[in-house]
Amino acid sequence: MFEILWIPALLAGIGVAIATAPLGCFVVWRRMAYFGDATAHVAILGIAISLVLSTNIFIGVLAVTLIMGFIISSLTGRGYAMDTLLGVMAHSALAVGLVVVSFIKGVDIDLHDYLFGDISAVTTTDLITVWLGALVVLALVRWRWSALLTATLNEDLAYASGINPKREQLILTLALAVVVAVAIKITGILLITAMLIIPAATARPFSRTPEAMALIATLIGGFVAFTGIAASRNWDTPTGPTIVCVAALLFIISNVVRLTRQTG
Amino acid sequence: MTLLSVKNLTVKLGGHTALTNIDMSISKGEIVTIVGPNGSGKSTLLCAIVGAVKPTKGIIQKAADLRIGYVPQKLHIDATLPMTVARFMRLPDQHDIATVNETLGLVGLHDIEDQQMTTLSGGQFQRVLLARAILHKPDLLILDEATQGLDQLGSATFYRLIETLRSKLGCAILMVSHELHVVMSASDRVICLNGHVCCHGTPDIVASTPEYRALFGTGTQGALALYRHEHNHSHDHDTCDHIHHEKA
Repeated sequence: MFEILWIPALLAGIGVAIATAPLGCFVVWRRMAYFGDATAHVAILGIAISLVLSTNIFIGVLAVTLIMGFIISSLTGRGYAMDTLLGVMAHSALAVGLVVVSFIKGVDIDLHDYLFGDISAVTTTDLITVWLGALVVLALVRWRWSALLTATLNEDLAYASGINPKREQLILTLALAVVVAVAIKITGILLITAMLIIPAATARPFSRTPEAMALIATLIGGFVAFTGIAASRNWDTPTGPTIVCVAALLFIISNVVRLTRQTG
Repeated sequence: MTLLSVKNLTVKLGGHTALTNIDMSISKGEIVTIVGPNGSGKSTLLCAIVGAVKPTKGIIQKAADLRIGYVPQKLHIDATLPMTVARFMRLPDQHDIATVNETLGLVGLHDIEDQQMTTLSGGQFQRVLLARAILHKPDLLILDEATQGLDQLGSATFYRLIETLRSKLGCAILMVSHELHVVMSASDRVICLNGHVCCHGTPDIVASTPEYRALFGTGTQGALALYRHEHNHSHDHDTCDHIHHEKA
């Protein structure tokens, strides 16, 4: 069914799922969904800058999203709520990015590929980038797991245990920036948040501990990426949306199962 | 032996001065209660001691290797976060399950370790918080209005438990409360706070000071009368300059 060409795409998709699922659990627990969206919007500016400078998209996006992460972390709690700051930054960056892209002459840019993902364009370099990014994020989350979890439960409790919740928040923000940068080629900007949230939310009814939820979410994410890419290849549909459709379907099934278990 | 001493502590929170020139200390095995009306800086003081709030001025000295157990005012666990009692107890430090169960037994909870935190009753939840705080054998146990949401019987039981724990574990206890009568009877010392230290001393002395009465009134609750010995003290402390009359 698969030609050899599709193996890098599949591997890349699974790599993205491995990075997004455990991180996505924190996004769900901490109600940071909007944060994911904002980071993804900011990525458009990164793409525009990369195009202007003719550099690797990954580097441009990573730079811009990391900068946003630092700015948000340092400005939060100084007069504006987090979502206000995010809204201002994300949409400003998006607007500037779109304007910058319109100035680029002679380059035929199809933003469509960045918005929805273009798995057919996955190169070996992309594959390596995705997996390096995924491993960095996994290592970061694994290393800070207990501290992140404590800070997520309660900030004062974290301080009392010698954990600085602001630092943990920053680590999450940075991990999110890396995930967005690596996921653009696969799911596209508009649907990254879906890959963060839906596998985690689907895993929730089957989990008794945070660790179990992260693990189940990762398995679901991997399955969804595999199935979605295969389906998108088969029916020639856009990759990102197809992956998310599969994820949404699983989410619905998981909740039907939960509801029938409760009533039955 | 002094475990912790706060010297000349001032804390400003976003332009508002929450605490001014606070001096206090707590020694090994002591039960010290901080009382004061809403907005008097009780929680801010605990936060500063725990390290969640940075002092604007002054210092907080802790004994070397001081282990603090902390019971927060309230803890909300999001419904999306699956968390068994056993997992919660072992956060962030890994203790073996035998120690966890033993500690849960100390606060009167048995066979509860596999339950989800969100399914616990208010009283059970507070006990789990307390058990988690004493899991690593703290020298100082800090409780911030730990009985909020418990009924009168529940909180009385909770405070008796704390007294028992003090004698079992030998830890000092620093707590904040507005349930004056229940708390004060269990305390060695009481600090009456209203942005600054209004008065402090043994429960009966504090209860009879004019500053304390100005804050909490006299004869409002029958239980408070326990401490009205009608001493004729004169105090040289600052008087409260922003008095909130709380007739609870």
